[in-house]
Amino acid sequence: MSREEVFTRLNEVFRDVFDDESITVNDSTTADDIEDWDSLEHINLIAAVEQEFGMKFTMGQVVSMKNVGEMADIIISRI
Amino acid sequence: MKELEYPFDSEYLLKKSKKIKRELTESRTDFVQKKIAVLGGSTTHDIIRMLELFLLDQGIQPEFYESEYAQYWQDVMFDNPELAGFGPDLIYIHTSNRNLTNYPSPSDSPEQVDDLLGEQYEHFRVMWDKIADQYRCPVIQNNFEYPFYRILGNQEAVYLQGRINFINRLNEMFYQYARGHGNFYINDINYISAAYGLDKWADPFYWHMYKYAMCMQAVPEFAYNLSNIIKAVFGKNKKALVLDLDNTLWGGVIGDDGVENIEIGQETSMGQVFSEFQTYLKAQKDIGVMLNVNSKNEYDNAIAGLNHPEGILRPEDFILIKANWELKSRNTAAIASEMNILPDSLVFVDDNPAERDIVATQVPGVTAPDIGTPEQYIRVLDHAGYFEVVSLSEDDRKRNEMYKANMERQKQLQNFGDYREYLLSLEMKAEIRPFAAVYMARIAQLSNKSNQFNLTTRRYTQSDIERFAADDGYITRYGKLEDKFGDNGVVSVVIGRKDLPNKTLHLELWLMSCRVLKRDMEYAMLDSMAEACQECGIETMTGYYYPTAKNGMVKEFYGAMGFEKIEEKEDESTVWRFDIPADYQRKNTVIKVAKQ
Repeated sequence: MSREEVFTRLNEVFRDVFDDESITVNDSTTADDIEDWDSLEHINLIAAVEQEFGMKFTMGQVVSMKNVGEMADIIISRI
Repeated sequence: MKELEYPFDSEYLLKKSKKIKRELTESRTDFVQKKIAVLGGSTTHDIIRMLELFLLDQGIQPEFYESEYAQYWQDVMFDNPELAGFGPDLIYIHTSNRNLTNYPSPSDSPEQVDDLLGEQYEHFRVMWDKIADQYRCPVIQNNFEYPFYRILGNQEAVYLQGRINFINRLNEMFYQYARGHGNFYINDINYISAAYGLDKWADPFYWHMYKYAMCMQAVPEFAYNLSNIIKAVFGKNKKALVLDLDNTLWGGVIGDDGVENIEIGQETSMGQVFSEFQTYLKAQKDIGVMLNVNSKNEYDNAIAGLNHPEGILRPEDFILIKANWELKSRNTAAIASEMNILPDSLVFVDDNPAERDIVATQVPGVTAPDIGTPEQYIRVLDHAGYFEVVSLSEDDRKRNEMYKANMERQKQLQNFGDYREYLLSLEMKAEIRPFAAVYMARIAQLSNKSNQFNLTTRRYTQSDIERFAADDGYITRYGKLEDKFGDNGVVSVVIGRKDLPNKTLHLELWLMSCRVLKRDMEYAMLDSMAEACQECGIETMTGYYYPTAKNGMVKEFYGAMGFEKIEEKEDESTVWRFDIPADYQRKNTVIKVAKQ
């Protein structure tokens, strides 16, 4: 799967989870950029991303992930 | 909403919850509002998020109080103006084995284990007692699920020092408390976690990352099970099953294959599957679920199938048997109207998706679940929790007989020219008295589920009902009706608030079960209220009608009872007045009312 495809699918997940069709994520997107993205919604987001790509993050990865770019890197390395 | 019906797609619900909530909230306006306090021993955010969806789908719009992280005990035990001000209609305590801190160690003596057990139990008991004392609302408490590892291996369950043994004993103490206290319900997370799969459920990732007592993916199933208790407490259970026959109650098509060739009984494995399903349904009937048939068949074939020597269900187990060539949607609507219940009390069970679709779309309110293949029928219907038991009253167990007796009465009616003569022939006897302890549960149940014959549609919990009963400022009456075909149980409830300075009684609640419509029971209730008023010097009764989507049938009720309309508001609610004459003549002349 290309990085571009990963971002297309990530974008869909973000829009579903935050119920906001105007969201577009890129490498540097962080929780600060999306209004509803707080620590509790983060749990839901991670679970939805895992389901979309059929993989699971380890605890270490979830703790250290800095932005959507790093999330995409992990996804690409795991599928 | 189809997406929220069991079996649902948990991951879809988790992902799309915002959109689903928006759609549900916009879909209707007749929600019942309830305040629910969630007191957690772990993170509760997503539990509330999912619970809200399932409750909205049941017509309950919850407002939540959420305790700060793991503050469940402190929130109750110490002064808490926020929770007190919130005034919960229900308190849910979300604890799990992660909240058990003092497990026995392998070297403890049996007495030391007993002490630990007592301590753990007391921690919870004082909290429940405090809630009962201060908040007087229904409480739902989780039991404990098993730990995901076993220090003593299989002996964990055997030795008193084992954690599994400890949890089993503690759970049993919780159940004892529940058996001894009305309004206190156990949420069986030990069962739910087992059904889900304990290893997946207890994924330590979710505890250590987010302090969740279970994995995220289990939250929808967990919340659904919890929502079943809540909707049942608030009177939103289903009442009846409407069952197809061919390939639903037995294998094969009786009209084509002949009664001797349908699959039911111990001869074949498919026959065994259908036998087990019939056995399950018969047990449902025994707890008060009403069974009906809706099948495209010749009537005689249907009866022959139900009389199959290997079958479990018999024709007399059903209230109504519709076996004909009508549309199933039409039969379903007819069943609702003949039983005098609303379509949203019905669950339609059919192996054919096309039939389910036509019934679900043509008869709004009816639930028509995807029951899967025959070997899955029981699990799907059971886990769906349509008939979640919160109290097993005598009325529930006898409900089938009562509805059957009703059908007999209707047959008899056709033989009488004069209606009064017919009523007299029923040899009706009523018991109309102030609320009594044995009927509190039934009275609360009626106040929550009566929609049609209900003047004010005020919903009360059992503790509210007990409060009215104990309060001198109120006149309360329940009415129980019996006739030669059987006992209808408690069918009518009236609550009046005394306003002695004005010599007036305000009728805050007047409801009646539709199964005793047109039996003059309402007159007997009025007589009893009028006489009670006269005993305390009250000269006037004021009645109120508040319109809802479902109570149009009683719009003119007070008029028919001899009240005079004194006010009509813009929302079509009305106020009625009845001056009780000094020489009040009883209006009921057909029911014998037992002396108090």
